[in-house]
Amino acid sequence: MSTTTKTPTAPESRTPAPSRAATLLGDRRLPVLVTAGLFLAMYVAGLSRYQNYGFGEPQVFMNLFIDNGYLLVAAVGVTFVILSGGIDLSVGSVIGFTTMFTAWLVERQGLPILVVIPMALAVGAFGGFLMGYVIHNFEIQPFIVTLAGLFLFRGLCLVISKESISIGDPSVSSMAGAQVNLGAGFLSIGAIVALVVLAGAFYVLHYTRFGRRVYAVGGNEQSALLMGLPQGGTKIAVYTISGFCSALAGLLFTLYIQSGDPLHATGMELDAIAAVVIGGTLLTGGSGYVIGTLFGVLVLGLIKSIIQFEGTLSSWWTKIATGVLLCAFILIQRAMTTRKKA
Amino acid sequence: MTTTPRWRALTHHHLFWPVAVLVVLLLVNVPFTPDFFSIRMTNGHLHGSLVSIVLFGSPLILVAVGMTLVIATGGIDLSVGAVVAITGALTCSYISDQSDQSALSGVFLAMGIGLLAAVICGLWNGFLVARMGIQPIIATLIIMVAGRGVAQLITDGQIITVNSEPFKMIGGGYWLTLPFSIFVVAVVVAVTVMLTRRTALGLLVESVGGNAEASRLVGIRSRRIKIMVYVFCAVCAGIAGLMISSNTSAADGNNAGLWIELDAILAVVIGGTSLLGGRFSIGGTVVGALVIQTLTTTIYTIGVPTQTNLVFKAAVVIVVCLLQSPKFRAKVFRGKFGTKPGAKGGTGQPAAAPADTAPAPEAAPKMEVS
Repeated sequence: MSTTTKTPTAPESRTPAPSRAATLLGDRRLPVLVTAGLFLAMYVAGLSRYQNYGFGEPQVFMNLFIDNGYLLVAAVGVTFVILSGGIDLSVGSVIGFTTMFTAWLVERQGLPILVVIPMALAVGAFGGFLMGYVIHNFEIQPFIVTLAGLFLFRGLCLVISKESISIGDPSVSSMAGAQVNLGAGFLSIGAIVALVVLAGAFYVLHYTRFGRRVYAVGGNEQSALLMGLPQGGTKIAVYTISGFCSALAGLLFTLYIQSGDPLHATGMELDAIAAVVIGGTLLTGGSGYVIGTLFGVLVLGLIKSIIQFEGTLSSWWTKIATGVLLCAFILIQRAMTTRKKA
Repeated sequence: MTTTPRWRALTHHHLFWPVAVLVVLLLVNVPFTPDFFSIRMTNGHLHGSLVSIVLFGSPLILVAVGMTLVIATGGIDLSVGAVVAITGALTCSYISDQSDQSALSGVFLAMGIGLLAAVICGLWNGFLVARMGIQPIIATLIIMVAGRGVAQLITDGQIITVNSEPFKMIGGGYWLTLPFSIFVVAVVVAVTVMLTRRTALGLLVESVGGNAEASRLVGIRSRRIKIMVYVFCAVCAGIAGLMISSNTSAADGNNAGLWIELDAILAVVIGGTSLLGGRFSIGGTVVGALVIQTLTTTIYTIGVPTQTNLVFKAAVVIVVCLLQSPKFRAKVFRGKFGTKPGAKGGTGQPAAAPADTAPAPEAAPKMEVS
């Protein structure tokens, strides 16, 4: 119960003996713990049910990172935006666009992949910057601006080509096939990159000034403004980060399936937002942890692999399960915020 | 001097910009298809570009009208696309199970089941938003994510096709020479306008959107209003779902009504309703939905490659939103015509103010909010 004692909250002064449940509900880390607990429970349940089918092998666990690395990167970007109190709907489109852009440059224009990677990242970051700029300077709702971004990037995919482009470039295939051995199993380059991004985001959010600003702007924009925080710069930076992460996720996705398609990653923004919410970040902004996002992504990934192991369940059960989880976590969040107010 | 205030009153009318955009879009078509505005009579049905714009735009108009009221209460409903899919899936799967698919009673029952599902979705959204106090964008995200899964569950992942004459009527039939769906839309819009503008309901919706807590203290049952609005929106989406599945005689759980929530929100915004809530314009929304449909038609007729459709749409969204943003107007237009408002304000306003008292109070708050 170390988690309950560590919190320096002050309800003690008002209510002399807060019940253990109340303190627990007031703990900001509760949603993350619940998600982590859920992940463990699901994993153990999977172990007991599919033990004979090789669920317990370490590689199955590693595959969660390999198969969801791109989603993790995208969700980390979305975490920044949501922490700052905004929303980014353009994630899926930017991912789709990046796959298309990369495939087109590598296959049709014959550029080496090492040149294409920085270009794709720059385009994604610039797209995010533009959206942030419009959101901040013209005070248009993030929802609408990023919706326009969704249309724009999905449209640009189709402008490049209506057909999917498969990538046969040997350097791309060797990158995609590269494995990093960890003794018990291996990870792909994509998974490693995703974990590095996660670590970077954790550092930025919790140990830099910029990270504090993101929380401050998301917690209460008015107060942040009165405190003299550079609110505009923070907001624009947050959307730029999200654009960058989406482009990076797009690159990982390209490596993962080695093709570009105008319809790749349709609706992935919903998966990313769902992962962030399941990971315990408040959609109103200002509260949440990027580690929670990791667990959110892992839970979604685990649902997918359990459905694969089950074999008889159809793919749409993934959507239904995601929706149910989303609902449960939103209600938990709600219970927490009402407790805090009371 | 007399034309200026009148022109001002006109440009400040809340429907001016949406209608202007619509007219410009329609006129753009004329050089490319000279008979764009002509309407022919073939086989007792009216045909023409204008008719087809309204016909193909009718599901969007319905969803957008429902969405307008939700947005007016300061909410948003992302689940409409999923509701469209669920309604279509339930109705089609019920009809396809019948031995006689054209039996009127069976079709009505099927539609009733579909709409009932829509009502349940609306109640659920309303419950989460009004009772649990969850942000609308998140509360409706649940059905948006899970709803398509449910629709695919109902259709078993297949595309269910039906062969039913009466059901075909709603989305693809003709009545009095016009597509039947136009009448459905007209009835829904008329009822909505009647309920919101001839009764106090519209005022209540706006007051809840303006400040839910204050309206509750004043004695308005703001929770009930909110739930009602979400149910209404879901029912509109349900009717749109019936229309879409009837038009194609099939239910596709995965693709029916895909992105319609985004188009609908766009239509509402183009129509001049602020996303912040507290004010709405059904007329504006209808015009906004027509603008979107006309845009799609225009892209086809002027020969722009269809794959640039989305880029075009994005450009229009950005331009419309920028024009509606007071900050953008202030920055761009004041920079260019810096002297104009000041000079006019000195001489024109005192004379103009008594002349057009009626439109002025209507226009003034619009400028602030939108």
